[in-house]
Amino acid sequence: MIVGQQKPLAEIKAEVVPFSKLLILGCGTCVKTCFAGGEDEVATLASSLRLAFKKDGRQIKIEELTVERQCEDEFIKEAAAAIARNDAVLSLACGAGVQMVANRYAKSPVLPGVNTTFIGILEKQGLFTEKCLGCGDCVLDVFAGICPVSRCSKKLMNGPCGGSHGGKCEVNPDTDCAWQLIIDRSKDFGQLDRLSTYVPPKDWRTSNAGGPRKLVREDHII
Amino acid sequence: MKAASKLQRMCESGNFVVTGEIGPPKSCNGEIVRHHAKMLKGWCESFNLTDNQTAIVRLSSIAAGKILLEEGLEPNIQIVCRDRNRIAAQSDILGASALGMKNVLCLSGDHQKFGNHPTAKNVFDVDSIQLIQILDGMRKGYFANGEQMKDEPPQLFIGCAANPFADPFEFRVTRLEKKADAGADFCQTQCILDMERFERWMELVRARGLHKRIKILGGITPIKSVKAAKYMKKFVAGMMVSDDLIERLEKAEDVKAEGLQIAIEQIERLKKMEGIAGVHIMAIAWEEKVPEICQRAGLAPRPEV
Repeated sequence: MIVGQQKPLAEIKAEVVPFSKLLILGCGTCVKTCFAGGEDEVATLASSLRLAFKKDGRQIKIEELTVERQCEDEFIKEAAAAIARNDAVLSLACGAGVQMVANRYAKSPVLPGVNTTFIGILEKQGLFTEKCLGCGDCVLDVFAGICPVSRCSKKLMNGPCGGSHGGKCEVNPDTDCAWQLIIDRSKDFGQLDRLSTYVPPKDWRTSNAGGPRKLVREDHII
Repeated sequence: MKAASKLQRMCESGNFVVTGEIGPPKSCNGEIVRHHAKMLKGWCESFNLTDNQTAIVRLSSIAAGKILLEEGLEPNIQIVCRDRNRIAAQSDILGASALGMKNVLCLSGDHQKFGNHPTAKNVFDVDSIQLIQILDGMRKGYFANGEQMKDEPPQLFIGCAANPFADPFEFRVTRLEKKADAGADFCQTQCILDMERFERWMELVRARGLHKRIKILGGITPIKSVKAAKYMKKFVAGMMVSDDLIERLEKAEDVKAEGLQIAIEQIERLKKMEGIAGVHIMAIAWEEKVPEICQRAGLAPRPEV
């Protein structure tokens, strides 16, 4: 899923300060799962903002709405009336959702309430970890199912670097060294020899280095 | 085509090789590089010029290399993958080559987190092994994209680093092998402060015959204080400091003299170790002691090759 984290209240407050009627728009998919922008977070944030502005002696009218997915036109259509009633939208979706809403509702300012952080997993309760960078050319078969592009601090294709210590990465002792994991798993499969093979430089064109990416599915075009 | 640098000639001559290191300053004051060059001239075959080491902005390694050439010393340009993509790396190599530099040491580079610009974006378009391969291709007349050069290829003697003190231990040898396969001619190791571990690593290196394919220079760093030794043991990832070494320093009346003595003994030991082609002396912020270390370790004068 796409993992996000709600921005600090002070930052959100500064963003919405010019407006007196605000719609907080939640997203019921990824950011709901990671407790950043679902229905519950919309409600909590609305209360916090009302209180914060009240303290300043300012009235702000806040409306709450959560749609299934902000990255699909079908779902954000539902927000048309609410958006029209307000001066601005504070979207709690990922960056894709924020832009989708902005794209459809060209006359409304759409502000981000969430920092989109990574493509990751719920590793355990309360812990989300990054697993994919969306490089567009998956190499997990070569690296025993552990991604060095997203999980090695230096994106080494022929690691590990000299900073691997006790299975941890020198950049952050709480982070596992991806290469230690790659080596351990390859050993478990009896495939350690494969890691002796030189891996050539990556073709980054499929990643963000090639500019904004598009995926066309001719078979789905109506 | 290989470089015919003095370092290469020494490596091929069978003599015990000595390389040194100069860290460029955090300013544009080339006189600091020149000062170190004058102090160290003649004591080593070649001197590494570090490339923004520990991710701190410093005078560029290639510019510092040019100052060394002017002073009659042979530079060994360090080049890290942290700050350059394959375009910039190849361009810098062509530039360094045009200025007369022949030795290049390929490194991944310390992560920017450890430096003075932790908010920077790193590059890591290629890793150090891929960089070695690219440079090996360049000296054969090809760019990284396979395009053939229309002019003389750069003459390069390609180096790499190896860290026998990082984990996982056994894979460290595999990684050295990959570097040799990619085209590295010589290797400088992380500074040895745990000789027993280094010996075990060398056993694995010899078992694979790697010492016959790549010249291995053992890293020597004289330690100035007990505090420095303990700090490196505890806080620097990929560094190992043996308890014996710390104990010896603690017991010494003159810690600095003992630090130098240990470095000299290590060099003596490396001279006798099968598969070791020489030493790489990294006297960090203690460059003025390099002549004394070389003198006392029987490394002076350097042979003419």
